[in-house]
Amino acid sequence: MSDVERQSSEVKAFLDRLAERNVNRGQEPTWIAARRQAGAARFEALGFPTRRDEAWKYTDVRAIARGDFVLTDSAEFSPASAAALTLPIEAYRLTFVDGIFSPALSDLAELPRGVAVLPLSQALAENHEAVGGPLGRLTGVEFSPFSALNTAFVEEGAVVRLAPGSVVEKPIVVQFLSRANAQPVMSHPRILVEAGSRSQATLIEHHVGESEAANFTNLVAELMLDRGAILTHYKLQESPLADLHVASIHVEQNRDSRYTSFNLNLGGGLVRNDLISELNGEGAEANFYGLFYGQGRQHIDNHTLANHNAPRTFSNENYKGILDDRARGVFNGKVVVKRDSQKIEGSQSNANLLLSDRAEIDAKPELEIYADDVKCSHGTTTGQLDEEAVYALRTRGIDEQTARGLLTLAFAGEVMEQVELDAVAERVELAVAGKLPERFNLAGLVEAAMALHDE
Amino acid sequence: MASEEMEQLVRREYKEGFVTDIESDTVPPGLDESVIAFISNKKGEPEWMLEWRLKAYHQWLKMTSPSWAHLDYPPIDYQAISYYSAPKRPEDRPQSLDEVDPKLLETYEKLGIPLHERAALAGVAVDAVFDSVSVTTTFKEKLHEAGVIFCSISEAIRDYPELIKQYLGTVVPVADNYFAALNSAVFTDGSFVFVPKGVTCPMELSTYFRINAANTGQFERTLIICEEGAQVSYLEGCTAPMRDENQLHAAVVELVALDDAYIKYSTVQNWYPGDEDGKGGIYNFVTKRGDCRGDRSRISWTQVETGSAITWKYPSCVLRGKDSIGEFYSVAVTNGRQQADTGTKMIHIGEGTRSYIVSKGISAGRSNQSYRGLVKIGPRAKGARNFTQCDSLLIGDQCGAHTFPYQEIGNSTATIEHEATTSKIGEDQLFYCQSRGISEEDAVSMIVNGFCKDVFQELPMEFAVEAEALLNVTLEGAVG
Repeated sequence: MSDVERQSSEVKAFLDRLAERNVNRGQEPTWIAARRQAGAARFEALGFPTRRDEAWKYTDVRAIARGDFVLTDSAEFSPASAAALTLPIEAYRLTFVDGIFSPALSDLAELPRGVAVLPLSQALAENHEAVGGPLGRLTGVEFSPFSALNTAFVEEGAVVRLAPGSVVEKPIVVQFLSRANAQPVMSHPRILVEAGSRSQATLIEHHVGESEAANFTNLVAELMLDRGAILTHYKLQESPLADLHVASIHVEQNRDSRYTSFNLNLGGGLVRNDLISELNGEGAEANFYGLFYGQGRQHIDNHTLANHNAPRTFSNENYKGILDDRARGVFNGKVVVKRDSQKIEGSQSNANLLLSDRAEIDAKPELEIYADDVKCSHGTTTGQLDEEAVYALRTRGIDEQTARGLLTLAFAGEVMEQVELDAVAERVELAVAGKLPERFNLAGLVEAAMALHDE
Repeated sequence: MASEEMEQLVRREYKEGFVTDIESDTVPPGLDESVIAFISNKKGEPEWMLEWRLKAYHQWLKMTSPSWAHLDYPPIDYQAISYYSAPKRPEDRPQSLDEVDPKLLETYEKLGIPLHERAALAGVAVDAVFDSVSVTTTFKEKLHEAGVIFCSISEAIRDYPELIKQYLGTVVPVADNYFAALNSAVFTDGSFVFVPKGVTCPMELSTYFRINAANTGQFERTLIICEEGAQVSYLEGCTAPMRDENQLHAAVVELVALDDAYIKYSTVQNWYPGDEDGKGGIYNFVTKRGDCRGDRSRISWTQVETGSAITWKYPSCVLRGKDSIGEFYSVAVTNGRQQADTGTKMIHIGEGTRSYIVSKGISAGRSNQSYRGLVKIGPRAKGARNFTQCDSLLIGDQCGAHTFPYQEIGNSTATIEHEATTSKIGEDQLFYCQSRGISEEDAVSMIVNGFCKDVFQELPMEFAVEAEALLNVTLEGAVG
């Protein structure tokens, strides 16, 4: 079979699944059906990206293209294991199992006035027109073959609406559980956040699942921040190691809004995140913090883009990567300053730590600047632990392996210390400590940490 | 600065713009096998060279013009270009300056670089390329004593076929990229340098290019080989007359450094950038690559790019030998509607290889400039080291500066650092200078020269002076 034939048969397999699903779907509003069709047409035209596409130069998605994924209707999940996977934090919670909403595992009691958190299916049933406007406004079918595919399959997800001035104290957790299925399942969830002016909220997007699971998640998130809105978005991706995960997160920022993203990727076999912020109003600020830890044959690709479309907008980015074994990391950060967008400040920093000779990192920090009164910088470093720092610890009686473990934790710490939620920070730090190679003397490390803590 | 004055300076004409009227021996525009055979025959090349060219041509036919660069230009009609042009009487090559066509000498006079004086004063051997045929080569004897071969590539193909067979196309393969394939098929001239084992070339080698004769693309091919322990410094400089039609320039430069060899390659490029609307101007699509084949070898690229309407150029180093070193120092200045997509590639293959990249970009007017670089560390490049600094300076709010640095790192013992900044000249810096009685124009010039210092100090003395002057001329009136 030639490449072209194979590619078209891969695309067809997905379109066949869509056709099966459409037969069983009830009557839908015309706009949804039309978009589904447009998404399918676009996906058919584009096919899956290949390494010849610049945006996918370092990421091979054949594992997705060749996978045979089915759709599910069941949100069954063992309550005990769900409880073990859930973040121990007091929160409003929406849970999806392989893309299907699970009321039993969700908790939306006592939402404050002016705040709506609901599954997309419910939002559509209640008032589909209110969803039709914002949905797909930021991420259309043009963005990528995966956004087209998502649009074709769209049916479930999370909708968050914050009325002007509303402040949500408790975080809103959107939890995606991946189940160990007999046949791999795919899901195409959406997250839609409309934050009214001066509203404030914390969104935690949590991907986790049963360790034997091997499903494909293709998520599209659209976050719209009106004037002065403040949104902190944690993406904690701890998917099972055989899970395939593609996500595009589009943020639209109006005047004086502030968006802070923590993109924490620990799991997943093949992970691709596109994070894009459109800084459309003066005074808007975007902070991108990221941490990724790859082991085994994990492949983690982060693409970020800060579009400075208005003067006096600010972006700040700090991504840290740790790669062990044969893991591969990709970092592509881009800052674009449009013409006449003066008085911009954009800084970008990416540091990577390679723990193994067979690990690989491909970094590409880009600047595209069309205005002159700007201060933009980026820095990227890749290397190993500072031998002098290791030595400094050893002179204080800490053995070499423990010293290396501690320094690796400290490397991740630069991003983690920005995290304000203890539950998230602890979870990640423990996971990072747990992932450290045995040669880093984990037991000694924990003891050392305890000892330091006791002092 | 008064806006009138500024306007005046911005509208400054290209100083080196003039056309010398020398009848050219030109083939009609178009490219096919017969044109290639014509070129090969005209150059008196052996059969195997023609085959090599035809192979490249057939490769080229299968390829498509690259579109990934951050450049915007209309498609090039390769059938509208004439692929061969030589000053009349190619058989009757002048042996000394006295025999050179007085018109040609006049051309050099107008440029302010009288060839004989310059050559004598600077102690530089000049292989002057006027259009496509080497017109004169000086200091040949002195080089001959040292055992250094410095001649046009055409001569080398005739006189040193074994060396050519051994090295040509081994650094930049025929099918490397679209423009390299085109060059391989139709190259008409260029320089060949061979420095034998243990020899340090007694003088700096230099070639002055001029592009003349309307509608002829210039396809240079340069090959420099340094054997074990040999050293050479090569200078390349260009100016060109004013033109209405775009001129295509697709050169290929190959450098080979064996054990402990050192090649320093410096370029000052000042081709016609087009008029204020970006009309005319040279298209400069160049493939430059150095191969550090031997252990402890070193290749250093230094470039000052001020001209061309479009620059597409990535001087690279393949660091194969153990502990070999690659360096890249670049200043690129764009004004008017110039576009430049330039940078370097450092491919670390051997153990302990090191590379150093300093790129300074200055964009003014309505120009656009991109730094595009690749640092690749292979799995066997233990302890490889790279440092990259790329800074952009923006002058005016209509220009653009972009950086696209690629890093592919596959070795945990490698240490890679990349830093980039983009900014404009600080008001406080200007004020500081002006408060000490320095005019704004001079202050800008000082600051810009300071910004480029790291690169200028890598240039040989002769070039450094010229580079600073060029920089000032290019940026005149861009600030206000």
